[in-house]
Amino acid sequence: MNTEKKIIENESQQDFTLLAPTLEKYATVPGSLITILQQAQDIYGYLSQEAILYISEMTGILPAQIYGVATFYAQFRLKPIGKYLIMMCKGTACHVNGADRVEEAVAEYLGIQDGETTEDGIFTLNNVACLGCCSLAPVMMIKSADGEETYGNLTTESVVKILDEIKARTSQEVQ
Amino acid sequence: MKIVIGQGSCGIASGAKKTELEFRRVLEERNVTDVSIDKTGCIGTCYLEPIVDVYNGEGILEARYVNVQPEFVADIVEEHIIGGKVKEEYRISDEDAAILAEQNRIVLRNCGLINPERIDEYINVHGYEAARKALTEMTPEEVIEEIKISGLRGRGGAGFPTWFKWNAARQSEGTVKYIVCNADEGDPGAFMDRSVLEGDPNSLLEGMIIGGYAMGACEGIIYVRAEYPLAIARLEIALSQARERGFLGRNIFGTDWDFDIRIKAGAGAFVCGEETALIASLEGQRGMPRLKPPFPAQKGYWQKPTNINNVETYANVAWIILNGGAAFASYGTEKSKGTKVFALAGKIKKGGLVEVPMGIPLKDVIFETGGGIKKDKSCKAVQMGGPSGGCIPAELFDTPVTYEDINKTGAIVGSGGMIVMDENTCMVDMARYFLDFTRKESCGKCNYCRIGTKRMLEILERITEGNGRDGDIELLEELALKVREGAMCGLGQTAPNPVLTTLRYFRNEYEDHIYNHKCTAKSCKALISFEITDKCKGCTLCARQCPVNAIKGSVKEQHKIDADICIKCGKCAESCKFSAIEVK
Repeated sequence: MNTEKKIIENESQQDFTLLAPTLEKYATVPGSLITILQQAQDIYGYLSQEAILYISEMTGILPAQIYGVATFYAQFRLKPIGKYLIMMCKGTACHVNGADRVEEAVAEYLGIQDGETTEDGIFTLNNVACLGCCSLAPVMMIKSADGEETYGNLTTESVVKILDEIKARTSQEVQ
Repeated sequence: MKIVIGQGSCGIASGAKKTELEFRRVLEERNVTDVSIDKTGCIGTCYLEPIVDVYNGEGILEARYVNVQPEFVADIVEEHIIGGKVKEEYRISDEDAAILAEQNRIVLRNCGLINPERIDEYINVHGYEAARKALTEMTPEEVIEEIKISGLRGRGGAGFPTWFKWNAARQSEGTVKYIVCNADEGDPGAFMDRSVLEGDPNSLLEGMIIGGYAMGACEGIIYVRAEYPLAIARLEIALSQARERGFLGRNIFGTDWDFDIRIKAGAGAFVCGEETALIASLEGQRGMPRLKPPFPAQKGYWQKPTNINNVETYANVAWIILNGGAAFASYGTEKSKGTKVFALAGKIKKGGLVEVPMGIPLKDVIFETGGGIKKDKSCKAVQMGGPSGGCIPAELFDTPVTYEDINKTGAIVGSGGMIVMDENTCMVDMARYFLDFTRKESCGKCNYCRIGTKRMLEILERITEGNGRDGDIELLEELALKVREGAMCGLGQTAPNPVLTTLRYFRNEYEDHIYNHKCTAKSCKALISFEITDKCKGCTLCARQCPVNAIKGSVKEQHKIDADICIKCGKCAESCKFSAIEVK
């Protein structure tokens, strides 16, 4: 219930003027829906129902069609994400080198599964198809407002250490 | 002097940025001002990252240092940069240097050597000379003829002759035509396109300019994977610099031809490697394939003639135009000409990218260039072609790497990903892994692909979970053939390949799982157990590591695992210093 409430509060806070430059540029250009959705997700972190309706209104594309595109591609999220997005590579090389166990270690440490966000809103765990750093497998990329960082040759221990450091840094920032 | 640090994604992930910062700090501290620091892309030997090249004032390479962690930097600066003496102990070994030297690098010709963010460095190594030659000295037909002589085939998967596609697009009527680059590199395990995008983006742009001229295109589009942020950033830099120099835009090289290229970020869908699905995605729709014909060369993007090739294919083009198609065709075999980049990963010692002539035996790539198997275990198979490909067993490693010979094994060359597997890789689990992938990535249009892959996955899941039934293998075979026949596009038609090849070469593993409740590779959790042998010294480390307290025993006495509690996480075996814990 709590998270639901949080999401609704978040939604009412979304400032759609931030999306105006994107829509101005692309709303009337055919074939730009994916680009618009990507930029909306960059701004708000995810695609809220409100945002989808707003984009529909501004572009004339039916909400069902937008929803269809948003759910087709792995990149789009319909729920808010944490401050740090953990993209856990599930590519073949990572699989062969024990990515499942690394993922288990992360899931155990954070208490969340693929696609979920921690209660404190710090981490979201997302499995991705391949990050293309196969020779450093297992690999993950952590994305935040500061950019993205890739970590390779992960073990069940090193991955926990990395998350620990981020956690410590974040709690320091809060203080 | 110049210090050049490899900063592709893998270099950065290995700590190249920290190494660079340390160089800057130490140089400033030692007051060295006549040394510049620069970056380059990935040279391919990912296992040696971070790689640091030191050039003298004349631009000659004095030393290549490998695995340069920040703590080595002060030594290198002290002895080499200031002292003028190469620091031998951090230098690349002769063996590794030979691996680089023995390759025939056409696609990767500049990767790891030039700064990808400065177009001048590309121009200095004959960059854009091929485009100038094509546009000012050759007719479009002559360009296509040169590509035909080269024998270049699409490097993205199917291996279709490039000249044929270009010619078809040229022959199509209309003045509005598009040239598209598939930079969506969807095969999980291939990363050569990322390396080219990050390390030499101008070679792609030049290939597209030449291709665009040959088919009479008005615009180029690069459809690039959203998971490759660094590649997108470097492409954007390359595009804007190429526009500044007049290589893109109006009246290129003084001709009356206008052409520009833009980037479109993909949003993550494997099926978009299929041409018609990619076009649907470019048009802002769900990436679902449609029936062919009409082929994209007739009706593609917005119903206009469109040609699609992948990054590696285009990256060959400028070299071919400059050196001649015959020079390219002198590499390789009769039907598979030229060189090909392979991405070595998995249980291999020297993972990375290698570019070799087509036709060399698989074993040379894996054991010579790749250095063999990690921890000197025995090699079981190599997976080629990703989810559309198959597993080739070690007995067949004499197979030459050509489109035809690899197809005969049931796998495909595909984009060139080679995932090497050792004795501890379970082949049933590999098939399960790939089916899980294709099931998720199926667009859902065809019933056999949408439901068939799901049913196949369920069977594979129950086999790996120890619940396989008599008749499962036959059912898998039947479904595999029906999915292959009943799917419209390449994704569905090839989705059963990992199952069919593992059944063909490793049927005994399937049978062991089902009938003997045994996973030969000791990898499937449901079919293994952990046991502590008499090598145990009673150090209690494993008991402390166990997350579920399944290990009991007193100090200095042999411990015991309670199989009812054990969750088979393997932490005990990993932590044991006496190799006393065995997997049965």
